[in-house]
Amino acid sequence: MREPIALHQTAESAANVVELRIPSKAEWVGVARLAVAGIASRLQFSIEDIEDLKLAVAEACTNCIQHATGSEAVLISCAILPDKIVVTVQDSGKGFAGIGIAPKELGEPKVGGLGVFLIRSLMDDVDYELNPESGTKLTMTKFLRT
Amino acid sequence: MDIKVNVRELNGERNISVVDLNGEIDVYTSPKVKETIMELIDAGHYALVINLENVRYIDSTGLGVLIGGLKRVREHSGAVNLVCTNPQIKKIFDITGLVKIFGIYDTEAGACENL
Repeated sequence: MREPIALHQTAESAANVVELRIPSKAEWVGVARLAVAGIASRLQFSIEDIEDLKLAVAEACTNCIQHATGSEAVLISCAILPDKIVVTVQDSGKGFAGIGIAPKELGEPKVGGLGVFLIRSLMDDVDYELNPESGTKLTMTKFLRT
Repeated sequence: MDIKVNVRELNGERNISVVDLNGEIDVYTSPKVKETIMELIDAGHYALVINLENVRYIDSTGLGVLIGGLKRVREHSGAVNLVCTNPQIKKIFDITGLVKIFGIYDTEAGACENL
């Protein structure tokens, strides 16, 4: 086993960033979630937190692929900080509306809309930037539990 | 990152179709699961047990397929029960409130008995 990445620097200087660009196709989502799981496993996240990250990243990529028309690639970026991992998932399409979805309530479950609900439930912090010109950027954070 | 789908018919007091899923259910693999479930329902099988014991991962597209199947069989007064033992997958059903919609059992026998 490799040693966990040492995380004793300041937040600003310790930001190790790993980026992955995948084609905007369903068959590549599995690669993205396994890559993020691999990164998270090098930190000290619990197995449950790694599973949460995997699912959240996969849901974000799936949203990009299904709803961002005209986007050819999805960019996944993982910033590794001493106390957290910040994952951004970005496309260059016309975007999807995630902001209006209620964070912690579900009525009669529908076929759609579960993905964003899951992301909000599984991650500690979620933020969207919707830009009709440049696409959607979703930033989600998971803190290391001490 | 693949899914294997197998269908078995249990002919007892009530005829039940068991769908065994093995692998990961995501945006890439869920169309195959959907196709199998919808074909079963279209062929008149309205009592379904979907066995997720060997499923390692499921996302919202997989959940969507299960919800779609449930809605379709309910139109015919049918039912869907699930077999699930994986804690992470149980957690997803719990978070989304689907534990209230589906009967979820630890064993296939339990899922069949309570269908």
